[in-house]
Amino acid sequence: MNFTAVASIYRFEMARFFRTITQSLVSPVLSTSLYFVVFGTAIGSRIQEVEGISYGAFIVPGLIMLSVMTQATSNASFGIYFPKFMGTIYELLSAPVNFLEITLGYVGAAATKSLFIGIIILITAFFFVDITIAHPFAMIAFLVLTCISFSLLGFIIGIWAGNFEQLQLIPLLIITPLVFLGGSFYSVTMLPPVWQTITMFNPVVYLISGFRWSFFGTADVSIGLSLAAIAFFTGACLVAIWWIFRTGWRIRQ
Amino acid sequence: MSSIVSVLSLRKAYADGFEALKSVNLEIEEGEILALLGPNGAGKTTLISTICGITVPTSGAVVVGGFDTQADFRGARNLIGLVPQEINLEPFETVMNTVRFSRGLFGKPRNDAYLENILKKLSLHDKKDSKIMMLSGGMKRRVLIAKALSHEPRVLFLDEPTAGVDVELRKDMWNVVADLKADGVTIILTTHYIEEAEAIADRVGIISKGEILLIQDKAEMMAQMGKKQLVVDLAVPVIEIPAALAAYSLEIGPEGASLIYTYDTKGERTGITTLLNDLQKAGLQMADMQTRQSSLEDIFVGLVKETA
Repeated sequence: MNFTAVASIYRFEMARFFRTITQSLVSPVLSTSLYFVVFGTAIGSRIQEVEGISYGAFIVPGLIMLSVMTQATSNASFGIYFPKFMGTIYELLSAPVNFLEITLGYVGAAATKSLFIGIIILITAFFFVDITIAHPFAMIAFLVLTCISFSLLGFIIGIWAGNFEQLQLIPLLIITPLVFLGGSFYSVTMLPPVWQTITMFNPVVYLISGFRWSFFGTADVSIGLSLAAIAFFTGACLVAIWWIFRTGWRIRQ
Repeated sequence: MSSIVSVLSLRKAYADGFEALKSVNLEIEEGEILALLGPNGAGKTTLISTICGITVPTSGAVVVGGFDTQADFRGARNLIGLVPQEINLEPFETVMNTVRFSRGLFGKPRNDAYLENILKKLSLHDKKDSKIMMLSGGMKRRVLIAKALSHEPRVLFLDEPTAGVDVELRKDMWNVVADLKADGVTIILTTHYIEEAEAIADRVGIISKGEILLIQDKAEMMAQMGKKQLVVDLAVPVIEIPAALAAYSLEIGPEGASLIYTYDTKGERTGITTLLNDLQKAGLQMADMQTRQSSLEDIFVGLVKETA
């Protein structure tokens, strides 16, 4: 195992994040604040409570998930797409590193960046609403696992993408709708029965539900199912990446 | 001398059926400078990419320093540095960070003193904290070399290091290559500038349409294949070659002011003395004469044309 290489890739990627630290952090903080103002205060004041939790607090886990999932995907996809676009990927392909090391470096960095953003949003949330975290360790575990799994997904998208448009395509057309419809801003139980059934096919529901459970101790689906879903999702992404590097799909001719 | 790189029956066919390499065999000796000369699309870059691991061979094998590039890719790649043809660099990063990244990627512990020494040799030291986007094209190319050297490779591949580079910079690059050779680095460079191969290589390989047509010591190649020409300037121009000189297959130079005689330097007799006698007998008066050696370019063009 070439740990020096993993650390090098990780550091190089994190340097990009810190170079643009203002835009990396200011924009998620600003957009979260806007969500709180609009949903939490303006609309939320009329909703009162969802499942016994004030609406402002109820949306916190969903908001964090929304940002973490989109940020992890975009960071990881950009991280590997950029060397492809710039041509610097030749160096990765000719270096004594295997797929696991490349993935660890890039996905590790993307997951760290999104974790930073998730934590910053959580801190921002404390300024707007009163929240207590019922299961802090489970909360951190869910957050980290989500960062990792969506970074893995982003990594796959970055390898697949042939241009900048494609890079935006999946996050825009699939991930954002799934996250919005996955119960970020509402409880699945608030939906009509038919939609509740349909919603259960949305994998994001399980992640948000599990994360919300770690805050409030209540969930739309059982916590075991949430854990199984995220484990399955992570595993599927890992298998896909292993296959990509084994066949050289889109990277090695 | 022992081979540091052995290319064994290497074949590469792309998905669209194009055969970029047709069973290439090549032995590269430790410490030499080998120039691979070939027209665009000859397979030079594919050959280098396959040796370096960027392209997967269809069949055949490559052994670098005793390590198979497929089965033992870490061992093989540790020994190799690659300078790509295109200037592929992260524009927003500084020179030093980029070079440091390359060293780390090859699993070598951080050693800034060593890297700074490389930057000094490449006249990049005063730019070490500059962002790459601020550098000139020539400097960027040297950053690529610094990156390739950062992990102390024993074999360096330079894919068209002087393509699109001005004359002065090209000479600079040749000096860099000469210095590297002096440090014991084996260098393989591709080029389609014949003068480049002629100026710096120990051996020259000619590659065309995925095949190595010839690989030979540069001086030997030129001596064996080199033809010389004797140009006789005439005091009075001629319209046609006198019948008495028909046996020499002479050519008439521009405006009939000269006669050109091509002869083989490796032949037993050059025939120059008898030609000069016969010229006099034919009543042609010489104003001046000179000889010229055919260059690698002539050999190259000749070989590539033959296979076309």
